[in-house]
Amino acid sequence: MKSNKNLLDINNLDISFIQARGAAHALRGIDLTIASGEILALVGESGSGKTVTSMSIMGLIPIPPARINKGSLLFKGNDLIGQPHAEMRKLRGKEIAMVFQEPAKYLNPSLKIGEQITEMLVLHLNMSKKQAVEKALEYLDVVGLGKSRRVLNSYPHELSGGMKQRVMIAMAICCNPSLLIADEPTTALDVTLQLQILKLIRNLKKQFSMGVLFISHNLGIVREIADRISVIYAGKIVESASNQSLFEDTLHPYTRALLQSIPDAEKRGHRLRAIPGSVPDAENIPSGCSFHPRCPLAQDMCSQEIPLTKDYGNGHSAACHMVH
Amino acid sequence: MHRFVEIKNLEKTYYGHGIFKSLKNAVKAVDRVSLGIEKKSIFGLVGESGCGKTSLVRSVLYLDPPTAGEVWVDNTLLGDLPASGLRSFRQRMQIVFQDPNSALNPKMNIQNSLEEGLVNRGFDAPRRKKQVSRVLDLVGISPSHSTRYPHEFSGGQKQRIVIARAICMEPDFLVLDEPVSNLDVSIQAQIVNLLQDLKEDLGLTYLFISHDLNLVAYLSDRIAVMYRGRLVESGSTDEIMNRPLHPYTLKLFSSIPGMEITAMTADAGNMPEFSSDGVKPVTVDTRGCHYIDLCPLRGRECAAREPQIETVHGSHKVACFKINKCM
Repeated sequence: MKSNKNLLDINNLDISFIQARGAAHALRGIDLTIASGEILALVGESGSGKTVTSMSIMGLIPIPPARINKGSLLFKGNDLIGQPHAEMRKLRGKEIAMVFQEPAKYLNPSLKIGEQITEMLVLHLNMSKKQAVEKALEYLDVVGLGKSRRVLNSYPHELSGGMKQRVMIAMAICCNPSLLIADEPTTALDVTLQLQILKLIRNLKKQFSMGVLFISHNLGIVREIADRISVIYAGKIVESASNQSLFEDTLHPYTRALLQSIPDAEKRGHRLRAIPGSVPDAENIPSGCSFHPRCPLAQDMCSQEIPLTKDYGNGHSAACHMVH
Repeated sequence: MHRFVEIKNLEKTYYGHGIFKSLKNAVKAVDRVSLGIEKKSIFGLVGESGCGKTSLVRSVLYLDPPTAGEVWVDNTLLGDLPASGLRSFRQRMQIVFQDPNSALNPKMNIQNSLEEGLVNRGFDAPRRKKQVSRVLDLVGISPSHSTRYPHEFSGGQKQRIVIARAICMEPDFLVLDEPVSNLDVSIQAQIVNLLQDLKEDLGLTYLFISHDLNLVAYLSDRIAVMYRGRLVESGSTDEIMNRPLHPYTLKLFSSIPGMEITAMTADAGNMPEFSSDGVKPVTVDTRGCHYIDLCPLRGRECAAREPQIETVHGSHKVACFKINKCM
């Protein structure tokens, strides 16, 4: 099953950052697979390694200070680790595209939107300027902005937050990438816009049969959009499952605790079940299972042995000593 | 006799620069907002960014005095107080900001940050130290850490310290401006529980501001929904959650992932969507309903007149001409 079918196949990827005060172990052997036309959500809190994962796929991790200890990152069967910069530049934007959290930060404020979109069409697809403008208009239409020359002739500050995020998405998909990485694409947006952007990403996935890596810390949003979900904690995937079975048949105590700690109207009058303690630093990860100091089920063995990831059928896997 | 906090027809207009341009560029950030908060209750204020929540809060606390309207706290009219009286009254009203990283002075240790207000209250050093230890203990930070600096704490701990600083002055009214939205999911619940405990133990009254409807619904006794400077709907949490009426509230509710959608809001989800791109900014001479550009129910009267916020049932108030169609 794990053959060439997968668009992206991350195996046992292990990355640390070397600093003067010691190494920060950002990723501790993660496994992820994404097939074409599938949305995989990577859920975790800040500092859990979500962004390092996406940056390493894009080949944007600076080496040094980063060091790839082991593992492979297969994209369409080719290992991206150790690829020369020139090769990665050809892939980035064309085959693998990315949508960032804050559109305002990632658009060049001194260039018109049109120039920013056509730049990559000219570069990657060898289009003439005129063709590129036509193509750009087409993709603005796809993301719901209409074939608007006004948008093309605007500077980023003239657009609203939601429009900027749509432009970012148009830029990401205009070269028809096979993999789209969306790093918290809705966090900076208002709630009424969130759902529109989620619907857009879901439609685009269908339309272009892209694989999507959707990174978020919000389980509510992930539930709306993902086909499969992986939960990451302190640089390790603790649970992976299909959307339905993660929410209905939660295995790992961390996932369960996260779900229980989300407030809603039904929990009114009851205390929230908070997770004690805080997320560990990448420099100072607890021994054994990294969640054991905060885990309600922790036993002696949890602080000594790192739990292996076990398969519980239907593609549902978890790494916990206490799950049987 | 007023309720503990009573806000009447509060208005805040920001004027543009220059002598002649000033009126033309004026922005009405808060437009005749009235609301009342009972003692020891939690009032939730919901709205998107830019709707005037923060302007409202700043006006209520007289950090930025309102252009018009009255604010009563515990039967005191804040506008009538002289500057010195306002300063001493303000110890009863404290605020917790969204981002704990920018709310604490990085060059002051925790002890100094917390006791600044107490110095003004004329506490001597031993009493200050005692009070700081007491509040740090209340929020779950070891008092022995009081000589540390903000960078030595995690985000959740920093927010606890900001809360400690607010309750250090022994206020009875606390404004919480998105207190958990910058925190990790697993930390949010800790802070929310802490806020609930403090309210019970110290008998506090909260004005809780958030864009997270799930959280507001969980925490508040009453909810008000704000849109472009105006309150469009207010009522008890049950009234709002079980029977949201204003088209904007429906839109807000149907956009929340994981929110239980009632039969009526499901209709709202199917209502035609208007793009938010053509929305004109609100100026002093904007007439009619502010939601008109996006509203699926809009009619002729919506452009001509401004809907007033009126009682529908019990304490449930809505500002919309078209709500009969929703019911």
